[in-house]
Amino acid sequence: MSLWWTILQTALEERLVYRGDFALGTLMRFLPIITQIFLWYAIFDSIGAVESKPGSEIQAVQIGGFGFREMVAYYLVTMIARAFSSMPGLASGIALQIRDGEIKRYLIQPIDLIGFLLLNRIAHKLAYYAVAIAPFALVFFLCRDYFVDGWPPIHVLVAFTASLVMGFLIGFFLEAAIGMIGFWFLEVSSLLFVYMLFSFFLSGHMFPLSLLPDGIESFVNFLPFKYLAYFPAAIFLGKIPAEELPTEMAIEALWLAFFIIVCRTAYARGVNRYSGYGG
Amino acid sequence: MNASSTESVRPNYWKVFLTFARNSLVRDMTFRVNFFLQCISSVGWTLMNVGFYLIIFQYADTIGEGSGWDRDRFFLFIATTWFINSLVQAFFMPNAQEFSELIRTGGLDFALLKPIDTQFLISFRRIDWSALSNFLAGMVIAGVSLHGLATQETDPMIPSLGSVVLYLVFVACGVTIMYSLMICLSATSIWLGRNQTLYNFWFYITNFSRYPMEIYNHGLGKPLYGFFTFVIPVLLVVNVPARLIAKPVSPRTGAEWMLVGWALVATVLSVCVSRWVFGRALSSYRSASS
Repeated sequence: MSLWWTILQTALEERLVYRGDFALGTLMRFLPIITQIFLWYAIFDSIGAVESKPGSEIQAVQIGGFGFREMVAYYLVTMIARAFSSMPGLASGIALQIRDGEIKRYLIQPIDLIGFLLLNRIAHKLAYYAVAIAPFALVFFLCRDYFVDGWPPIHVLVAFTASLVMGFLIGFFLEAAIGMIGFWFLEVSSLLFVYMLFSFFLSGHMFPLSLLPDGIESFVNFLPFKYLAYFPAAIFLGKIPAEELPTEMAIEALWLAFFIIVCRTAYARGVNRYSGYGG
Repeated sequence: MNASSTESVRPNYWKVFLTFARNSLVRDMTFRVNFFLQCISSVGWTLMNVGFYLIIFQYADTIGEGSGWDRDRFFLFIATTWFINSLVQAFFMPNAQEFSELIRTGGLDFALLKPIDTQFLISFRRIDWSALSNFLAGMVIAGVSLHGLATQETDPMIPSLGSVVLYLVFVACGVTIMYSLMICLSATSIWLGRNQTLYNFWFYITNFSRYPMEIYNHGLGKPLYGFFTFVIPVLLVVNVPARLIAKPVSPRTGAEWMLVGWALVATVLSVCVSRWVFGRALSSYRSASS
C-alpha cells in the first residue's frame, strides 16, 4: 500500500512544477466557447425567439431539447466532463513503451503496468484539478447566467459525480486498450488520430447528441463514447429523466466492466506475444 | 564585376521553391501508407464538420436572422475556410513548427548563413502535401453548394466571372493575412526560447474566422468584431472572399465595399508588420549554445 502511495506522491509533485503555464493554458481553452456562444445565438435567433419573455405568449426555441442558454451551459459542462475523461498521451505512451522495450520493466518488477498507469493518471488528474479549479471557477462564475435552472438537486449531483468518475475510468481503460494494440502493430499513431476524431464527434464534445436525427441518435446512444462527454453534461442539465437515471448508470457501469476486461485480456495476451531482446 | 555575374549569384526564388516542393513530395511518398492515412483523417474531419452543419440546417434556415447565410451559401463559406486553411496548413504550418524547433536547437544559424532571404527560406522549406486533400474536399463542398445555388427554384444564382476573379484574389489575400499572423506568432519563439503552444494559440485565434462575421455584430460581440477586423484582421480572411462569391446580401451596400477595400489594406499592412516583427526577432536571436 505504501508503495502505491509513493507512486501517487511522486507523480503529483512531477505535475505541479509548471502550474502558472498550466492555469493560463486552461483559461485559453475556454476561448472557443466564445465563438460557440455567438454561433448558437445566431442559430437560435434565425429560428425564432432566443429567450421567452415573461408575460408574453412567445416560447423560446429549443433544439434537441436545449434552449440557447442550456446549449451554452452544455458546452461548459462538457469541458468538465472532458477534464475527467480525456487521457492525453496514454495510448501513445503505452505503444511507445512496447516499441522501445521499456515495458520489460513491468514484467520483471512486482508492479502491475495497468495499476501503475492508473495511479499515475489519477495523480495527474488531481494535480490538474488543483490548478485548473481556479480558471474553471472563474469562467463558470462569469457564465452563471447560462445555467437557467441553477444548481441541480442533490441526487442529480451525486449521479453527475458518479458519471464523471466512471467517465474517467472508461476513458482510461478504453485508451489503455487501444495502446495495447501496440503489441500487434508497431505504429498506432494514425489509428489513434482516427479514434480521436470519432470520439470528438460521437462523445458529444462537438454538439449535444440529442441534435442527431432519430435513427442515428439511437445508434450513437448505444455506443460507449457518450459517457466521455455527453452523458455527464446531460445529467447535470437534467436531460436524463429521473426514472431512467438508475438504468443508464447501470449500463455505464457495465461498459466500464467491459473495458476493464478488454484491457486486461489485451495486456495478458500481448505480454504472451511479446518478446524482449537485449537490455 | 559585371551585371550578369551578380545576377547569377542571386538565387532564383521560384526554382528554389519548386525544389522544396519536390523534396517534400519525395519525403511524403516515402511513407505512403502514412500519407494516405493522413489524407483519410483530414477528410474524416471534414465530413464531421459537414455533418455538424447539416444538422444545424435541419433546425435553422440561416445562420443569423436576416443575414442571408442560408444552407448553400454557408457551405460556400465553409468551402472558402477549407481552401484557406488547407493552403496555410500545407505551406506554412509545418515550417512554422520547424522554425520554433530551429531556434531551440540553434539550427537557425545555418539558415542565416544561406545566401537567400531568411524569411523565404524558413517559410517554404517544407510542404505538407497531405493537407491539400482538404483543398480537394473544399472543392467538392464548393461544387455541391454552387450547384445548389444555380438550380434553386427562387432566384438561382451563378457567380459572374468578375466575382470569381475577385474571389480568387481575396482568397490569396486571406492566405497572406494568415501567413503573416503565423510568422508573427512563430517569431515570438525567438524571444520566448520555445513556443510549444504555438499551434494552440493559432487554433484559438483562427477559430474566430470560421463563421460569418454578422454573428459577432450585436451586444458584447461588437468589441470582438472590431478587434478581429481592425487589430488582428482574421475575421476578414474568410468573410471577404466568401461574401464576394456567395452574396448573402444583394444588392451590395457601400459598407460591404469598404470592407473589401479594408481587406486589401489589411493584407498589405499585415505583410509589412510580419516582415518587421520577423526582422526584429532575428536581430535579437542569440543562437543556442552547442
